[in-house]
Amino acid sequence: MDDLSILIGGAAGDGIKQAGNMIAKLFSRVGKSVFVYEDYQSLIKGGHNFAIIRASNKPIAIHKDKIDILIALNQDTLEKHKGDLVIFDSGSCKYDKGIGIDMSAIAKSNNLPLIVRNVVALGALGKCLGIDFEYVQNVIKSCLKTKTEENIKVSKQGFDLAKSQIKFVIKKANNKPLLSGNEAIALGAVKAGLDFYISYPMTPASSILHFLADHADKLGIKTIHPENEIAAALMAEGGAYAGKRTMVGTSGGGFALMVEALSFAGMAELPVTFVLSQRFSPSTGVPTYTGQGDLNFALNAGHGEFPRIVAAPGDADQAFNLSGELLNLSWQFQIPTILISDKHLSESTFSADIDEKKIKINMPKMWNKTGEYKRYAITSDGISPLAFPGDKDAVIKTTSYEHDEYGIAVEDAASIKKMMDKRLLKQKSILKELKKKKLVKVFGKKNSKIAIIGWGSILGAGKETAEELGIKFIQPLYLEPFPIWQIEKELKGVKKLIDIEMNSTGQLAKLLKANGIECNEIVLKYDGRPFSQDELKGRISKIL
Amino acid sequence: MNSQDLIFKTKNTWCPGCSNFGIDAAFRSAVAELIEEGMLKENFVVLSGIGCHAKISDYLNLNSFYALHGRPIPAATGIKLANPNLKVIVFEGDGDAYNEGIEHLIHAAKKNTDITVIVHDNRLFALTTGQYTGTSFKGFAGRSTPQGSVEEPFNPIELMLADKASFVARSYALKANHLKETLKKAIKHQGFSFVDVLQPCISYLNNTDFYNQKIYELGPEYDCTNLDLAYQKAREWDYSQNALKIPIGAFYCKPKLGYEKAILQGLTSKPSSIQNILSEKI
Repeated sequence: MDDLSILIGGAAGDGIKQAGNMIAKLFSRVGKSVFVYEDYQSLIKGGHNFAIIRASNKPIAIHKDKIDILIALNQDTLEKHKGDLVIFDSGSCKYDKGIGIDMSAIAKSNNLPLIVRNVVALGALGKCLGIDFEYVQNVIKSCLKTKTEENIKVSKQGFDLAKSQIKFVIKKANNKPLLSGNEAIALGAVKAGLDFYISYPMTPASSILHFLADHADKLGIKTIHPENEIAAALMAEGGAYAGKRTMVGTSGGGFALMVEALSFAGMAELPVTFVLSQRFSPSTGVPTYTGQGDLNFALNAGHGEFPRIVAAPGDADQAFNLSGELLNLSWQFQIPTILISDKHLSESTFSADIDEKKIKINMPKMWNKTGEYKRYAITSDGISPLAFPGDKDAVIKTTSYEHDEYGIAVEDAASIKKMMDKRLLKQKSILKELKKKKLVKVFGKKNSKIAIIGWGSILGAGKETAEELGIKFIQPLYLEPFPIWQIEKELKGVKKLIDIEMNSTGQLAKLLKANGIECNEIVLKYDGRPFSQDELKGRISKIL
Repeated sequence: MNSQDLIFKTKNTWCPGCSNFGIDAAFRSAVAELIEEGMLKENFVVLSGIGCHAKISDYLNLNSFYALHGRPIPAATGIKLANPNLKVIVFEGDGDAYNEGIEHLIHAAKKNTDITVIVHDNRLFALTTGQYTGTSFKGFAGRSTPQGSVEEPFNPIELMLADKASFVARSYALKANHLKETLKKAIKHQGFSFVDVLQPCISYLNNTDFYNQKIYELGPEYDCTNLDLAYQKAREWDYSQNALKIPIGAFYCKPKLGYEKAILQGLTSKPSSIQNILSEKI
């Protein structure tokens, strides 16, 4: 089999996420490209959690609904899901077919907590696929740093009790790191010189904070968890004023609290990158489920008019690159930038293909110490040279008020217009710079008369749907400035355009319409779950 | 360094006779003396919120960060984290400190960030033409409470003591020397320092006579390291109209390692490659 989907399910506290990671690592080490979808609820113990681990010989960035092997650690999983082959804990579930292993009894007889059932299941899965136990053992060693030997022992018992069932081709390890979208976002920013990541925890953005806090010493950065999101945004702005690269991250509700600070960054020309990881909303919404309801919000957040850059990656590779690019662009143009993610990108795991050399620290325009320093000096590209406090030759004044070139509040008509024009000029400079880049990605059959268009984490499903149906998939990476010139080029010869989005109103379709492009069909999903590969393909096939 | 050198070439728009001039002058004298004592002018950063007080950012010939209403404190923390050598001083109105952004005041004191917060406490919103704040007395008839505010004020000195602020003081805008000396102590203090500066508002609440009658200075015999005594002194006046006497001076002072130093401890240099992190994930 060259494309395999495993679902492992149980209650919160059963170690489902950890099992998903270990299974993914096992597949990666036998040469497969991997994607892991995590489905969990907003609770600590109990409920129903599952992970879908898909392994393929081709690069993938999405799961399938059709499950080849179902691993059940509780009865709930057997009732909620189906799989061609079922491996279950016969000590806690009843099922009349498949491979029943009394995983509970194995845990108890070894005097270990029930959570070790996940490694028993891992062993059994390895055997079913004909993978040598050595691979399983090495994965456990790499993932479990405590009670490693005990875990290996029970895993071997699971391995020995299962039978080889599926012909699975084992290849050389691909040596691609398994990264979640959030980890990729974190690392991209680090490569662009991040000094401080400042964030108030909010699912699904929190794991950026956790990952960076865990690795701060190795990365030469510091993480700050302040009193709330408003403080996070202002701290980041203060840090940027004093010359350090800062990024904040949150979900919709937290971003709503940061909006006043976003507008401040626009006015005061403070370079800060905001990560907006969408959950299903409005309001508190469904915290651990996904959605793309915040595109309009990211594009329009903040009172008044000011330049910003908004980009939306679709997988770990794009997340790494765009996170680094946005932090650099923030400093190049002294503007707020917004990186949009969502639960599906942030918390899914990908076989990442990262070239760290792609992101370097781009130096901002610095003051050359000639003449008197003016923080908001008028220049030909709208960008004023920077100086930082501590410079004995400069007095650096920044302000939320409309201001003159020194940064002193003004109210007269001429000064107001002059400074608005200065910031509008930056908008032109941004456009000039971004026109050098490829802001739109295209997949599938490039000369097809039918195209689907979608943004963000819909990438994985959109790309495979296009490849399998012989149509074209267009993905704008940047959404502000909206790269209409590149989209129009890609639409030459396209007779039917289908918008695909995970929201209820088709926000990208409306944005396209505002730019003079009408979509013929709009395919939406807004139940907190992402489009799987098979679901999107099915929905698109029906309207071709 | 002369305190006149710390005036920026800006047109001043405070009301003629405003007590903000007193705070501005005392602050400039304090900074001029601190520079004479060896601090570097370029290392001062002042921040302000929004309101009459906040214009001080525009008036001072110092680095400044004229923030949002209620929000200068987290920005100050960001600045101090970015460069711990800077002397970071936050000006706020009582509307900023005790209403809109009170959570930042409480958390900065709890963190013990090595910054100074100076509150221009005129006990009302002035720039928005006279409404009540957290320290307005019960019965204050402002434009949003024409029948008189029904709320009791809170006591910011007591609040800061309960919050473990390491330097808590009160001064008076019309006592130039006391204010200058208090600000100098606050700026020199290691750790978070807080100064509530009582100020009459000549346009909306001119309580100059009330303050002149009630205010007295904590003398040299007062022990500002005694927290119980600090509470006792703080409770002599509850910001109501019924004051017998109002103590000013440093209620409490206990130097403590700043938050930013604790956070930045062990900061490593940036690696040239992230390959070791990526390898962990293979």
